[in-house]
Amino acid sequence: MSILVIAEYNAEMDLTSLRKSVKAAQLIGSNIDILLAGNDTSAFATAASHISGIHQVVVVEDSILSQPLAENHTLVIAKFSADYEHFIFAATSWGKNVAPRVAGTLNVAQFSDVIDIESADVFVRPIYAGNVIAKVKACCAKKVLTIRGTAFSEAELGDSAAEIKKVSLSDTNYSFDAGLSHFISEELSKSERPSITAASIIISGGRGMQNGANFSILERVADKLGAAIGASRAAVDAGFVSNDMQIGQTGKVVAPNLYIAVGISGAIQHLAGMKDSKIIVAINKDEEAPIFQIADYGLVGDLFDIMPELEAAL
Amino acid sequence: MKILVPVKRVVDYNVKVRVKTDQSDVDLNNVKMALNPFCEIAVEEAVRLKEAGIATEVIVVSIGSILVQEQIRTALALGADRGIHINTEQKLDSIHVARLLSKIIEAEQPTLTILGKQSIDADNNQTAQMLAAITHYSQGTFASKVTIEADKVLVIREIDAGLQTIALTLPAIISADLRLNEPRYASLPNIMKAKRKSIEMLEASSLDVDLAPTFELLSVSAPVQRKGGVKLSSVAELVDKLKNEAKVI
Ligand SMILES: Cc1cc2nc3c(=O)[nH]c(=O)nc-3n(C[C@H](O)[C@H](O)[C@H](O)COP(=O)(O)OP(=O)(O)OC[C@H]3O[C@@H](n4cnc5c(N)ncnc54)[C@H](O)[C@@H]3O)c2cc1C
Repeated sequence: MSILVIAEYNAEMDLTSLRKSVKAAQLIGSNIDILLAGNDTSAFATAASHISGIHQVVVVEDSILSQPLAENHTLVIAKFSADYEHFIFAATSWGKNVAPRVAGTLNVAQFSDVIDIESADVFVRPIYAGNVIAKVKACCAKKVLTIRGTAFSEAELGDSAAEIKKVSLSDTNYSFDAGLSHFISEELSKSERPSITAASIIISGGRGMQNGANFSILERVADKLGAAIGASRAAVDAGFVSNDMQIGQTGKVVAPNLYIAVGISGAIQHLAGMKDSKIIVAINKDEEAPIFQIADYGLVGDLFDIMPELEAAL
Repeated sequence: MKILVPVKRVVDYNVKVRVKTDQSDVDLNNVKMALNPFCEIAVEEAVRLKEAGIATEVIVVSIGSILVQEQIRTALALGADRGIHINTEQKLDSIHVARLLSKIIEAEQPTLTILGKQSIDADNNQTAQMLAAITHYSQGTFASKVTIEADKVLVIREIDAGLQTIALTLPAIISADLRLNEPRYASLPNIMKAKRKSIEMLEASSLDVDLAPTFELLSVSAPVQRKGGVKLSSVAELVDKLKNEAKVI
């Protein structure tokens, strides 16, 4: 029984989500391969080969694969599918885009946002915005999973390296261009701060911030704490900040050591993305706000008084 | 161009669902049901494309018991032209839904199929991608902007690090993210008009699709509840707690 962990190439050489996927795979079995598809990926492949507990890194290079398109990457994964029973993706926006297409191609079910693995076919996952935890036993012969990063630690990095197996398909007529979609551009948010999925401290602003300019009040506190900035959907919808900062059921899921919710009421859809944080602080002028029901520490008051005071106190 | 919009009946987003005492499933007795919010956005987008003169017909399809006709009517009141109800009492997984929908695509040949990116009950975020795989169509998931250009559709997608623009060959499958549009409220005259629009009913069992269960639900449980903590009286006290009690700064 072999497990294929699908890597998502990135030029920053960030192995975090890949190492978490390997950690999850280790709960299933020990015959684990990593599949890396892209173009000019050798440095990433070398780094990935040092993840402990893997058998080999299978590398497929083709210029078309430098684009993160689901249609084309699915062709690669499908090409190798006969040898594997499990296919593990990180539940990133790329993984969520590709994994179900792979499952559809294999004509099997997919299990999303898995937070625990009890055996090769028993998986635990949140449903209803995390208000219910379901334990399911998969029936399909092939199992496609996306795993939630906050629920798994990273597999170790070791000194010894697994074999890197470059698969050359240039001599065959196999094409990885499905001819269905074209990549045009990406507009990536630039920030000097840690990303919200990696940060150990997050300060999030909600509708109570009133406008985008007021987020500078949070930024000044974040500067002192080395924190990332997040937001509620209301703050993103109102155009205060960009969409990639949204935390919640339909945004990012985070679990930092410290989460400070400022001017956020605590709707279940927001809690779904942050309630596994170690310590939660709520700052809200409404003492009845639901966020206080899950906060370890609450301050009732006007954020425009409290945040500058906090900045000064740090 | 014809647009197909598959929609789902789900628990209303304001409801906090509970687990049955025997942990066999969630308790959906007497719970308010609604059109899945993401599906509503998908319907709105299709109706806007019709209003812009780009689409000629908007067809909504929903799968489930006779009760899903309520959500089909809601979509018709928002401006869709006609409905298809695939009747089944069976519990379905995303792959079953995708298989059934592929049969409707085969029959209706829509140029564009727009779905919600996820349903707020199972939170799967799978059906659009699976449907694209089965039909061998292009996919534009988590769309926050959709623009038709001749034989292509440009989709701006919400990705972890920002926004991504891709061009899809038509026919295409699109999944709607929250910021694609803000759905309208159905007006009373449109609600009345929707009552006269046609809903065709098909039996799921007649569509020649494998509906065998893909998983067994072993148990459901409530997540570990966080206990509310303390309300503090000053910023100084907060800083002290974070430093000396929680030790997180
Ligand atoms: C399908 C669906 C998916 C969703 N997904 C998400 C998601 O992923 N993430 C998400 O966050 N939401 C999501 N939502 C939206 C969610 O239901 C709430 O509407 C949203 O989280 C509210 O954001 P908020 O707390 O910032 O705003 P509000 O609920 O308006 O709360 C603002 C808070 O700020 C406080 N406040 C105002 N002024 C001040 C001040 N001067 N000082 C201190 N406090 C102040 C108020 O007391 C209030 O509690 C989703 C909704 C739906 C239907």
